[in-house]
Amino acid sequence: MATQLENRLTPGRLIAFLLVGLWLIIAAFPFLWTFWGSFKVQADFFSKADWTNALWGINTTRETGDAFTGAGYHGAWVIEGFWENVINTGIVVFFTVVISLTFGTLGGYALARSGFRYAFWLLMAALVFRAMPHITLVSGYLLPFFEWNIWGKIPTTIIVLVAINQPFTLWMLHSFFLNIPKDLDESAMVDGCTRFQAFGRVIVPVMWPGVITTGLFSFLLAYNDFTVTAMLLNEENETIIPAINSFLGTTQVEGKVMYAVAAVVSATAPLFVLILFFQRQIVSGLTAGAVKG
Amino acid sequence: MKHRTFFWFVLPTLTSMLLFIALPIVSVFVQSLFVEHEQVLVVSESCGPFGCTESTSIDIEATEKLREEKPLGQFNGFDTYINRSHLAVAEIGAAWADSATFGEFRRTVGDLPFYRALAFTLTYTAVVTPMVILLGMAIALGVNRLPGLIKGPSIFVSLLPFLVTPLVGSLILFWMVDGDGVIGATIQLIFDDPNLSLKASAPLTWTMLIVYGIWHTLPFSFITFYAGLQTVPGDVLEAARVDGATGWQSTIHVTVPHLMPLVAFVTLMLLMDNFRVFEPIVSFSAEAHARSLSWIIFNDLRESGNPLYGSAGATSILTIIGVIILLTPVLIRTWRDFNRKAH
Repeated sequence: MATQLENRLTPGRLIAFLLVGLWLIIAAFPFLWTFWGSFKVQADFFSKADWTNALWGINTTRETGDAFTGAGYHGAWVIEGFWENVINTGIVVFFTVVISLTFGTLGGYALARSGFRYAFWLLMAALVFRAMPHITLVSGYLLPFFEWNIWGKIPTTIIVLVAINQPFTLWMLHSFFLNIPKDLDESAMVDGCTRFQAFGRVIVPVMWPGVITTGLFSFLLAYNDFTVTAMLLNEENETIIPAINSFLGTTQVEGKVMYAVAAVVSATAPLFVLILFFQRQIVSGLTAGAVKG
Repeated sequence: MKHRTFFWFVLPTLTSMLLFIALPIVSVFVQSLFVEHEQVLVVSESCGPFGCTESTSIDIEATEKLREEKPLGQFNGFDTYINRSHLAVAEIGAAWADSATFGEFRRTVGDLPFYRALAFTLTYTAVVTPMVILLGMAIALGVNRLPGLIKGPSIFVSLLPFLVTPLVGSLILFWMVDGDGVIGATIQLIFDDPNLSLKASAPLTWTMLIVYGIWHTLPFSFITFYAGLQTVPGDVLEAARVDGATGWQSTIHVTVPHLMPLVAFVTLMLLMDNFRVFEPIVSFSAEAHARSLSWIIFNDLRESGNPLYGSAGATSILTIIGVIILLTPVLIRTWRDFNRKAH
């Protein structure tokens, strides 16, 4: 029987299982450990004497009377005002994603439908732009932004993130639009639509799967960004990632590391939920450029 | 599509890229040609009963005024590029002349800030990229053999290290390898050395950052290869089996060649991302032993109160040249493919 033969445990299969198992432990353990530890006190999370303290919370019980404590979260969200950073991140991420996708769909559609040589050059330029380290671009922004007095403002950060996002968005949407048959919009144009009308009435209704997938990656780029937000925002309107970094500077001395641990877990939670719901889209997006390109 | 319509469609995206990616590169270049103003000094002579003394002081007002009028600083040409913190032409020349052995020369050059950062950046890129590709392919082949029921969850778990914010992901690992953290304490226990710290020496710091890099990017190559495996033609595998190929042989001779185009794509992406390694150095506070090109630019800009735009600009331009050298083979290949398709 073929199926029985395939399910037999050969040495090759065993090695494959072990390798995958090992990787899964390496991938998941740091997250589980930090999540569990975020409900303990510092003496448990950084327990040199006995690592099992972090599991059972010996010191946590001694200090707070319970094996779990929300002190880190209280410290981060209430005392350090982490919720303000969360609101800033919300604003930055929302507008970055919406504007990126608007620009990207228009551009990606045009690139997919134009056979001219300059469309190719534009895509190549986008590839080179995609490779630019963000910090090199940031060092170009700082001085002009100071001079024009637009440094430290959220709209500035949003438009910069949109621009940095464009090369990737363009490539991805370009390959999605290539997959939508040309006949669709061309037949609409034969029926008398202009190019814009054909785009609005025929393409827009069918483009959402591609746009959602691209949107996920725009979200990740804006949410995960440290370089741009750390350099272009000031302390009053910081987003969460630079805020976590500045936490570290102040907390290490005061013994408030657990605030930072709680903030880190809070920042990871939305990503966890995102993967939970959009795993299929993320996987297809990661490989979209590769499988077709 | 008509040229006119095309123009209107790409206008928003093109404008944003020109304004915030292309123009900043120009601006960085201009900045790199200037250097910060020196402080304006005033010499005042005060004469007392025992003769006159000259004293020099900083004219703060005039310095401020000068800075406000010419924020770029004073023109310096390409001097910033060849000074000690960048290409250090003079220092290298001297080292070449003075060093008795090549090893000594290499050590002297390795101490210069720019070359130290370049060495780390290149080592990081050159180690992480092939490791991630090999391990990613091995794990993809492994997961592909798993029963369907646990494939989904294992992909879910694998995605976490890749999608987590780099700064946050490296912090999570940093706390674990800290002297008091779970891994750090275990290592101390194994080697029976309570003072052993992964942050204490350069090789250990480099290893730690490279391990983080592999952990963080492995999922990307794994997922891409896994998706590629789904498109391996079944009849070819079948034919290989009929011809008597073992599982291992058909993997090496059928599956892996099928994945080769993906390897090119993954290599390109990894090279671009690894070359700008930055966040883990901040998170691990590893700057004492490991600095990347991105990190030294960041450090120049962070210089409290008085950012070194000229120095940051010069390093940025050198970094961009590095990126372009890295990308050239890919660009040439794409160009050839495009021409072949066009003719």
